[in-house]
Amino acid sequence: MQDWKDLYRQSQADETTGPILFYNDTVLDHFTNPRNVGEMEPGERVGFALVGDPTCGDQMKLWIRVEDDIITDIKFRSFGCPGAIATSSMATELAKGLSLEEARELTDDDVITALGGIPEHKKHCSLLGITAMQAAIQDYLLKQMMAEAEDTDDDLP
Amino acid sequence: MIYLDHNATTPIRTEVLDVMGELQRTLFGNASSYYGPAREARAVLEKSRAEIAGCIGANPGEIVCTSGGSESNNLAIRGAARALRGKGRHLITSSIEHPAVLKTCQDLERDGYRVTYLPVDSRGMVDPAEVERAITPETLLISIMHANNETGVIQPVSIIGSMAGKHGIVFHTDAVQTLGKIPVQVSEINADLISLSSHKVHGPKGIGVLYVRKGTPLHPLITGGSQERGLRAGTENFPAVAGFSAAVSLALNTMERDAARITGLRDRMETEIANRIRGVKINGAGSNRLPNTSNLCFKGVDGESILLHLDLKGICASSGSACSTGSESPSHVLLAMGLDPHQAQSTIRLSLGRETSEQDITATVDALTMIISRLRSISSL
Repeated sequence: MQDWKDLYRQSQADETTGPILFYNDTVLDHFTNPRNVGEMEPGERVGFALVGDPTCGDQMKLWIRVEDDIITDIKFRSFGCPGAIATSSMATELAKGLSLEEARELTDDDVITALGGIPEHKKHCSLLGITAMQAAIQDYLLKQMMAEAEDTDDDLP
Repeated sequence: MIYLDHNATTPIRTEVLDVMGELQRTLFGNASSYYGPAREARAVLEKSRAEIAGCIGANPGEIVCTSGGSESNNLAIRGAARALRGKGRHLITSSIEHPAVLKTCQDLERDGYRVTYLPVDSRGMVDPAEVERAITPETLLISIMHANNETGVIQPVSIIGSMAGKHGIVFHTDAVQTLGKIPVQVSEINADLISLSSHKVHGPKGIGVLYVRKGTPLHPLITGGSQERGLRAGTENFPAVAGFSAAVSLALNTMERDAARITGLRDRMETEIANRIRGVKINGAGSNRLPNTSNLCFKGVDGESILLHLDLKGICASSGSACSTGSESPSHVLLAMGLDPHQAQSTIRLSLGRETSEQDITATVDALTMIISRLRSISSL
């Protein structure tokens, strides 16, 4: 019998023609060996976010550590489908080492491109990692602002 | 490969293939035509029909051949709804039916019918008392499945059937999951309409039957010819009907022995999983279940992620019903049983079959132990 992947390609079916789940090797690699899994202790250099996808129940926690406006480390935990796990893993890979400014430019399309594509109806999963990332950056920036405000308060006579 | 998705479909038996191959090679006649080969095809068709009828304690004239379980369910519900429009426009069903029943009922609602979707208890059972309370003078049909495809929970159809009969209401049951696993006898189920499917009992795909008790009012869905007593037009697919009858006869020959063996395997699997993996819930465990079905909720891990890990190890399983694969909404059956969406999303279904071995179960338990621990180390819950 022919390899089903060959048949699939020959049929020129795209991911929208049916609920066939066809993850490429890069996605499978990030699913089976997700990068940057873990947690961080809270701290002034750490931003944290907990986000959920109300359409499917996926949930994600993400931490970033920032030194001199650069994301030096990221950790995440995820309750989600293979699409959510793989895209979150790739999102952390892409963001690590970027400045906050650069990381804020990252989109779910960047994650999907880096993975070499994911099934059409799984694309919404890729939003989770990016949303968590942006929320963690916000959390960090807010913390900095509050810390600065406190510093300013201390300076007052 | 370890195949644990028998509630989705089953491998066709070689004996069945032999019967069908021989017929396809040697007999091409249209069973409704006038000449020798046609009469031969007709003879095969009627012999097979009688065999299927015999398997469920029906008369051959009460067996309508269809393209499968979904068509049988559609014919039963739409056919009865149309035929009995004069009586009323109310149907009763349950919230755990197969989509072939649920979507059909929803479609009828758009045509002005009213449908009561009965709840189930936390064990996944429909309460016959609730069925009786839902009956109105307008009620034309009650449709409650024989056993649920996701949890394997067997429904009290016999009681519901007698009750429907007492009220003079047509009773339909979707017995697609029970045929060949537990007894399906017309006299015990008290149903007027029973849906059956071939490929769930190691027969060919694309063939099923609807049992129609003599005298039950029914309109056809597919018109165009007088085949199947005018209830289902289309040239009769007699090789497939013969394949189905061979498959169901073979299944019934060894049903008791197979059921005992498969129950043993399933129970061992569930015990070992519960012993080795914490945070496991067996959905429907408190109920009378099909011998082969296990619906397992693993706290804090996503069902599809479990399935893909199993798939990468060559183990075929399912989350809920196969029809829901790729859809994002959690199982309607589990939600109806009161599970929260996260629990429903953390559930997989393992359904065993006649070729499942002790080694398959051992390998599956080992694989699951590893997979769950791995996914929990990632999980945010």
